[in-house]
Amino acid sequence: MLKINAMRWRHFYLDRLVQVFVYLAVLTICAVFLWILIDLLRGGFAHLSWNFLIESPRDAGRAGGIGSILVSTILILLVALGAALPLAWTTAALLAEYVSTTSKFGIVVRYSLQVLAGVPSIVFGLFGNAFFSIYLGLGFSILSGGLTLACMVLPILVSTAEAGLRAVPDSYRLSAAALGMTRAATLIHLLLPIAAPTLAAGLLLGIGRAVAETAALLFTSGYVDRMPGSLLDSGRALALHIFDLSMNVPGGDAPAYASALVLVAMLLCINIFAMKLVQNWQRRRTILE
Amino acid sequence: MNSNKPVTAQVISGEKSGFTLGPLQMGPVCCNPQPVIEVENLSLRYGDKTALDKVTLDIYRGCITALIGPSGCGKTSFLSAINRLTDLIPNCVIGGRIRVDGLDIHTAESNVQALRQKVGMVFQKPTPFPLSIRRNLSLPLREHGVTRRSEIDAISEQVLRDVGLWDEVCDRLDTVALSLSGGQQQRLCIARALALNPQILLMDEPCSALDPIASGVVEDLISHLRGRYTIVIVTHNLAQARRIANYAAFFWVKERAGHLVEFGRCQHIFESPTHQLTAAYISGARG
Repeated sequence: MLKINAMRWRHFYLDRLVQVFVYLAVLTICAVFLWILIDLLRGGFAHLSWNFLIESPRDAGRAGGIGSILVSTILILLVALGAALPLAWTTAALLAEYVSTTSKFGIVVRYSLQVLAGVPSIVFGLFGNAFFSIYLGLGFSILSGGLTLACMVLPILVSTAEAGLRAVPDSYRLSAAALGMTRAATLIHLLLPIAAPTLAAGLLLGIGRAVAETAALLFTSGYVDRMPGSLLDSGRALALHIFDLSMNVPGGDAPAYASALVLVAMLLCINIFAMKLVQNWQRRRTILE
Repeated sequence: MNSNKPVTAQVISGEKSGFTLGPLQMGPVCCNPQPVIEVENLSLRYGDKTALDKVTLDIYRGCITALIGPSGCGKTSFLSAINRLTDLIPNCVIGGRIRVDGLDIHTAESNVQALRQKVGMVFQKPTPFPLSIRRNLSLPLREHGVTRRSEIDAISEQVLRDVGLWDEVCDRLDTVALSLSGGQQQRLCIARALALNPQILLMDEPCSALDPIASGVVEDLISHLRGRYTIVIVTHNLAQARRIANYAAFFWVKERAGHLVEFGRCQHIFESPTHQLTAAYISGARG
């Protein structure tokens, strides 16, 4: 009797202990995020204004705003996604739908992507500089930067999209085949809409990585902070601007904080927008014609 | 017995029970067996595991043929060989010959999409796509070249009426098909197969994942489709096979490979089987 009681007490305490640890972990994570956010708000909110968002930087960024930098950032991002998305999603479709998990080809492709994912961004920067800027003659330009970022986000986009497609149950493929649908039609009309949320999640991870990138852009898109006239102009990305302000510009702390705040807000907006877009798209593809 | 009723009588009784079938496309030919699927020496291996060994069997036009036997005796493999779904399974090797309507399905010029249009399939677990009811029907139709909206709508309504689902879903065709009950989902899958106007329907235990009432509804539906379609049905429910089938084929595992033991009219198989194994299985002594 006594033994059983002791055991019950032990279980009770163990249960509580696990609960406490779980809550502590969650609280720590939230606290870190809140700390960053509060720090950014305290340091940068006062500096934030409409003019800050649309004006070009003056006096190395101490005065003026980040208008030209926002434009460059968005252009770099668009180039990167425009180049990476079609490549990544077709590669994922090939790996998930046309190549068996055990095929040599698939293993080689997957392994190269894993290696690519582990390469430090500074190496991507040097590669981008050597290949896009010098060999292809694109110079320090938004195009070089965007293409370099495309190489960087490729592994994330491919692996998430492949996982999303693989998560679609085989019964859908079988019934589609039994209805005489071709593999291509099954992929386009059935598997991609079903896997859309995962594709979107991968896309957001990719965007996150691209927007936060600094080192790779230093050597490729450069750090000219003027408004870019074309994709072949050099343009300074937001993350690079923050780095420059906080490291090289005395008295640049306030604009650095404000820029970081804009960067975080931008990421949040992109997140929400992409989620809504996917929800709408999926509803249209799945519920209605 | 149900299976011996002439088809016309079934259509009439069908109208009574709420099913409205279109005009018969094929006559009641069970008294005059005319093979539509001819299987000769079919062997099927997955890697080095033999699933089927030298099965020779004719399936007759307009009839319901039940495949019975214990699990793992190759009934499902036999079924998926007929519409070449086995193509999708890596390492699956097929020997022998299958002819559908006199045409060998494995020759270079045979088109697998066309074959699957002609030979529809319904799976054990209902597998409606996670799309709207309407799109579940329109997607395969579009794939087979029916693109006019009015035509798609007409066919959809017709097949939903054929499976007795129209009254239940006509006001919510745009809701997602997964919101239907299990039995409704299975009938939608049958409707989806019928929409392509097949000649043959392969059914892999279509009732076994359903509750008894839904199972009864689907079973009634299957026997109403007799005559219009040639149906090959795998079932573990011997009573069901006896109720709906005209012909029965009994499979058994011998030396770890599936064999066809006996094939004949349903009545014959169930009442006076030639083979001892069949008798033992039917009576419940084996299997």
